[in-house]
Amino acid sequence: MDDPNDRLIDALVADLRPARPLLPPALRTLIWLMLVAAVAIGLAMFADVAAMGRRIGAIPDMWLAVLGSIATMATAAFAAFELSLPDRSRAWALLPLPAAALWVGASGLGCMRAYVLPGTHVAGFGETRDCLLFIIGLSVPLSAALIVMLRRAYSLAPPLTAAMAGLASAAAAATLLNFFHPFDAAAADLALHAVAVLIVVAAARAVGSRTLQNSFAAPVTVPPAGSN
Amino acid sequence: MAQGNVISAPWRNPLHPFLFACSIALSPMTAPAVAEPRIRHTMQRAEWTRTDSDARRSALMAAAQTGDRVAYEKLLRDCASFIVSLARRRGVPPDRVDDVVQEALLTIHRARATYDPRRSFEAWLRTIVERRAIDVLRQVRRHGEREVHAPLAYESYADETIDLSVGIEHKDKAKRIGAALTQLPQRQREAVQHLMVDERLLADAAALTGRSKGSLKVSLHRALNALRLKMDRGD
Repeated sequence: MDDPNDRLIDALVADLRPARPLLPPALRTLIWLMLVAAVAIGLAMFADVAAMGRRIGAIPDMWLAVLGSIATMATAAFAAFELSLPDRSRAWALLPLPAAALWVGASGLGCMRAYVLPGTHVAGFGETRDCLLFIIGLSVPLSAALIVMLRRAYSLAPPLTAAMAGLASAAAAATLLNFFHPFDAAAADLALHAVAVLIVVAAARAVGSRTLQNSFAAPVTVPPAGSN
Repeated sequence: MAQGNVISAPWRNPLHPFLFACSIALSPMTAPAVAEPRIRHTMQRAEWTRTDSDARRSALMAAAQTGDRVAYEKLLRDCASFIVSLARRRGVPPDRVDDVVQEALLTIHRARATYDPRRSFEAWLRTIVERRAIDVLRQVRRHGEREVHAPLAYESYADETIDLSVGIEHKDKAKRIGAALTQLPQRQREAVQHLMVDERLLADAAALTGRSKGSLKVSLHRALNALRLKMDRGD
């Protein structure tokens, strides 16, 4: 029994435990979205939901941007769960792009309006900084939860999967920011939102890809040659 | 190769649900005779025929997922040869094929919960092997860029373990012993010269000097004691 492949197979067979099959990606996405919804309900208790509804419904670019961020959150999370399975195409990473384009495009349109929405004002530097901290702060637990769920699978493209998880979390945080965002779209504010999203995606990619490379399984011990 | 059951494989193309919906939507309700073959053609492109070997491997993996070690061992040994042929086809150098086999086997083990028995096992395995083969090919390329094969280069390097101070110290000690020897009495110096420096037998030394063996032994003993004392004092 000196063939290293044979010794490895023996070690893997000895290490075999029943593996609980994973839920389908759509169902796993739904579970994570329910977690986001629970956070949203918690935040809504401290927010003026009626004022938010008036602000978002006032003009199409506002509700289109919110629709885009919600769609980005859902599609990026679904893409991350698809990418966490070894036999899925990397093309799944393209899935959130149309929604992200809608989100960015509609947000950018808001800057081109010549008037400020009633009941809002343009955010100052301090308020803009709070937006950045809110997006990053809320993205941390959301992306951590998503990456823990993704670790149950085994991705062959950990950086791409982790980046999708980061995008989903950042989009979720940006959507939830609307509860506490009584400002109209201003270029500086939107630029800082974009910076926050990019920071979250980059951080998730860096930290998450390393985390996804190590599965929960304990390392397999292969006996040295000639031990049998 | 016998054909087994036919299962649709929508995961091969992420846009499949949209394409399939479009193919239904575009088929004219007023002309079913024309529409039906078009739909069937679209579906045939998205269908995949499960071969006997794939069905067998899939069943073994499904059993392994429930903890069946016999099925798992059979599957892994079967996969090893499959992985070798895939790795060779991918262009992995012969001396690195075992690396691909071992990495792929470890990945199968760690990712076994992600396999869905309703899908193709060979497609699942092929993706894993191709990924691991690419990893090994990258390692080979990086190794080739970083290292040069030059067997003679090793011989042309100086041995860094050699301590030059040891030789100097040794010479210094020999010089001190030589100086101490000159200070010994004639009879003791004669005994050291014949028995220690020239390494003669006691009988030969006795014959050469005309002294008895006992006398030479006593002289040598005294000489060595005197030398040891001088070296310890650092004279």
